[in-house]
Amino acid sequence: MRFKILKKVTLSDSTFWLKVEAARIAKKCRPGQFVIIRLNDTGERIPLTIVDRDLSEGSIALYVKIAGKTTALLGSKSAGDEILDVAGPLGTPSPLENYGTAVCVGGGIGVAAIYPIAKGLKEAGNRVIGLIGADRAQHCILEEEMRGVCDKLLIATDDGSKGHRGFVTELLKNLIDSGEKIDYVIAIGPLPMMKAAANVTKPSGIKTSVSLNPIMVDGSGMCGGCRVSVGGETKFACVDGPEFDGHKVDFEGLSRRLAAYRDYEEAATNSCRSIPR
Amino acid sequence: MKTKRQSEIKKTKTPIPRQRMAEQDPKTRIKNFEEVPFGFTEEEAKLEAARCLQCKNPRCVEGCPVQVPIPKFLNLISKGLFLEAAREIRAQNVLPAICGRVCPQEDQCEKLCLLGNRFKPVSIGYLERFAADYERKSGQILISGNNHPLGKKVAVIGSGPASLAAAGDLVRWGYEVTVFEALHEPGGVLTYGIPEFRLPKAIVKAEVEFLQRLGVNFQMDTVVGRTISIEELFQEEGFSAIFIGTGAGLPRFLGIPGENLVGVYSANEYLTRANLMKAYKFPEYDTPVIRGRVVATLGGGNVSIDSARTALRLGAEKSLLLYRRSRDEMPARTDEIEHAEAEGVEFHFLTSPVEILGDSKGRARALRCQKMTLGEPDESGRRRPVPDKESEFDIEADVVIVAIGNDPNKLIPSTTLGLSSQNKGGIVVDPKTGRTSRKNVYAGGDAVTGAATVILAMGAGRKAAEAIHQELSRESKILFP
Repeated sequence: MRFKILKKVTLSDSTFWLKVEAARIAKKCRPGQFVIIRLNDTGERIPLTIVDRDLSEGSIALYVKIAGKTTALLGSKSAGDEILDVAGPLGTPSPLENYGTAVCVGGGIGVAAIYPIAKGLKEAGNRVIGLIGADRAQHCILEEEMRGVCDKLLIATDDGSKGHRGFVTELLKNLIDSGEKIDYVIAIGPLPMMKAAANVTKPSGIKTSVSLNPIMVDGSGMCGGCRVSVGGETKFACVDGPEFDGHKVDFEGLSRRLAAYRDYEEAATNSCRSIPR
Repeated sequence: MKTKRQSEIKKTKTPIPRQRMAEQDPKTRIKNFEEVPFGFTEEEAKLEAARCLQCKNPRCVEGCPVQVPIPKFLNLISKGLFLEAAREIRAQNVLPAICGRVCPQEDQCEKLCLLGNRFKPVSIGYLERFAADYERKSGQILISGNNHPLGKKVAVIGSGPASLAAAGDLVRWGYEVTVFEALHEPGGVLTYGIPEFRLPKAIVKAEVEFLQRLGVNFQMDTVVGRTISIEELFQEEGFSAIFIGTGAGLPRFLGIPGENLVGVYSANEYLTRANLMKAYKFPEYDTPVIRGRVVATLGGGNVSIDSARTALRLGAEKSLLLYRRSRDEMPARTDEIEHAEAEGVEFHFLTSPVEILGDSKGRARALRCQKMTLGEPDESGRRRPVPDKESEFDIEADVVIVAIGNDPNKLIPSTTLGLSSQNKGGIVVDPKTGRTSRKNVYAGGDAVTGAATVILAMGAGRKAAEAIHQELSRESKILFP
């Protein structure tokens, strides 16, 4: 099947977002779910979080950070081009209950994944506090959209070019230390950030979810490549997740599995570059 | 009865020996992914087919789950009527080129061949393969499309052997058939699981194209249960009946320490990377697979053998296969065990891992194993392995492939109201018809039984197709008396 790119917006040198025509997926998707895409016949299958949908148009929005060969190639596409395969919506949707006060922590491209969840939690009746971070102001994405669905939004950048100078998890710690009554935290971003967020909430025992993005092949429970140990039990992120209890995830094991193909990825990217014209 | 059989055998005074298929030399073939046997020549096929005794009550047919008229097609081959032979097979078996290669003939048709009592049985599998290949290469596959479309839509979920068989029958009877596949290529386990060197993907493609020419519509990238539900297929897409042939795709793990180390794969992942994603052509293809120096595969079935042989072709210095019982209990096809042995796969029988040991970077480096002894037979009829706890020893391995079986994926039962399934995920059906607990929903193959064989799945697909046809014909009569 082929899926048309309806729109492409460049956000920064390494990030962009796409609107892709996929009517069935748009109709069924819920916050927290993802798709697996493949660009061409020799391409790999990679998971991308569904950030938004347009039911009237039958489209989904995908936010992408260039991190390897496939995301770079996707970045070179423009509106009117096609994606060879888009399968989904995959994964278990985020449980959008009314917890009371919910804090949505997003780091880097993870802000894109946290946005539909923040929106859903707001619609479910929560008081939503958004904490979003990036390395610098230019890489801060979806700020206005987040402001629109959060009762309060705080920003952190590594270089201090916007908001708090430092990590977004420091904002979370400050919030807890200030005595804010927090009932639920969900953190999505790079693995060290999610681990740090879980560590920050652990002493106070606040229910904390993280959304994992391990290496996947099929995305439907067939390969088990995305398995992760949660509370000593092996879970498949693609079907049992991607959201899990942040206090129970074996982040070390996951981080090692994420690095399993680093040497190969370099080889793939280099060979791509060295293809003679 | 016995004397009659013996008299039939005596007819062959100077028996022709069972013909062997020429194959790639083991030293050459472990360096490529091309198919191992070359197939019979026309002369070899005629000679081999002429060995058939043409029994009046052919027991081989009883041994075939889809009742291929074996003596009939063997007789046609012996006369050089190869296309006629292929058509005779195809009437009962829509995937002959595939079954000729992957069926466990030694446990089915060939097991019951009378010649086997004194000599070696007729090579029914090799001849089925020969006829189907001849037909495909001739470009003269007979398309008996239906001229009377019934105006009813049937959805087939999954595109493995059960689904392809069901789709083949339904389309010929005049149904508008749509096959929904979750992955980007059709074929199910035939595509993602069975390696190129055992089942060339061009053959799977040809069988799928054959169905497409009959009118079957294939929709890839559609994860039924996620992209669209069973309910929606009925209510919104207007399907009158649904066949679920989603196979057994959920890999089992051992549950031992170290199973999440880097370098530990389910056979599903290892084979999917290698076959579907073409990791053996990395970096021409994007998907990598860790190419271990010493690869240890756990399990004694076909999937295990496929993995161990794939590892050799991916450049492993050593490919070990660990099985907790002995060679006699291995469920793998005899041909494949012999191929693996010739290629240098090292078999470690009565050996069971208790832990996978890692290095400081979290990568697998060795297996801690226990020796087993065989006790009394268990419910499968095979002798139960009993661990000798005093016998722990380590085997070095940097890639470990867990090939101890698969359970059905629970996605469809868990998203379909009123569809009964067992604890392990198998959909509950009436074995005669494939009918599930939900009206007009049928299921068959590994999705019902758990991992079994291609031919059993096909048989189940055909039975369900027939039941669907009966049910929908009955409904038509009620609506339009």
